[in-house]
Amino acid sequence: MKRHPPEPVQVIKERRDKALRALVHGIPYVQFLKISFERHGDELTSVLAFHDDLIGNPALPALHGGVTAAFLETAALIELGWQTLWEEVESGRLDADKLSPDTMPRMPKTIDFTVDYLRSGLPRDAYARARVNRSGRRYASVHVEAWQDNRARPFAQGTGHFLMPSPA
Amino acid sequence: MNTDPDKRRQLARQFIEALPHCRALDMTLVNVGFGEATMSMPYADKLIGDPATGVIHGGAVSALMDTCGGTAVMSHPSGPATTATLDLRIDYMRGATPGQTITATATCYHLTRSVAFVRAVATDEDTENPVATATGAFTVQGISKGTKT
Repeated sequence: MKRHPPEPVQVIKERRDKALRALVHGIPYVQFLKISFERHGDELTSVLAFHDDLIGNPALPALHGGVTAAFLETAALIELGWQTLWEEVESGRLDADKLSPDTMPRMPKTIDFTVDYLRSGLPRDAYARARVNRSGRRYASVHVEAWQDNRARPFAQGTGHFLMPSPA
Repeated sequence: MNTDPDKRRQLARQFIEALPHCRALDMTLVNVGFGEATMSMPYADKLIGDPATGVIHGGAVSALMDTCGGTAVMSHPSGPATTATLDLRIDYMRGATPGQTITATATCYHLTRSVAFVRAVATDEDTENPVATATGAFTVQGISKGTKT
């Protein structure tokens, strides 16, 4: 059996980082909130960089509940989009170098999203990780948790249902 | 509590429009009743969630509905001192038409000594077809024991 040598690490990283950039780049609302994404293998962590525009209650001060909702929903949606894209790019069906708004798989659409506010969001950076509990042909269910200082003490969690894009 | 509608509206407006995130999203209070509030948010490029179509991000609609829900709770005749969102579920019916202002109306339809129950609906200029609806539970503090709810 013919064996291929493993790909050089830079080649793999570059391909995956390119795919991730193509997915998250250029969404104005994500940029406005200052959400970025860190990748370790296929695992994504969404990072919400704190800034004053995110404050809802200046007396506490605390993050606006709407910011928390938007952050969780974005983390869930990007995780779902990323899983699809990862498959396409790693299998070679899509070329990470040629990803453009025209060739990208279309994003799922949110059907509903429930946010559970566990404690108030502090005026500092927040992190979120999402888990796709089910991803079918038409519908997906995603759970997401967000934390700040302590991973074991989430300040919010959410569950959403998403409509998967119909095959082109 | 203050029963002059103009005064109530003015106080609520000053409060909301001082919240940094509400200012950043340009939210304005349209009307406030007793346990009911209407707020609007104009279309802006920074709210876009889908650059291909210009449709605003669901998160921006959530932020408007959350603020509007909290305002409805605070405007309840029982006069709660503070409120915070416990749980909020949003159902998205359709993408909002790009360029149009989003208007949300929230009703606090039941209030106990510790919890407020809220529903809300958001529309664009096509007011017959909702963009999103929401139901939520909010914490409340400062309701006196004898208050009938």
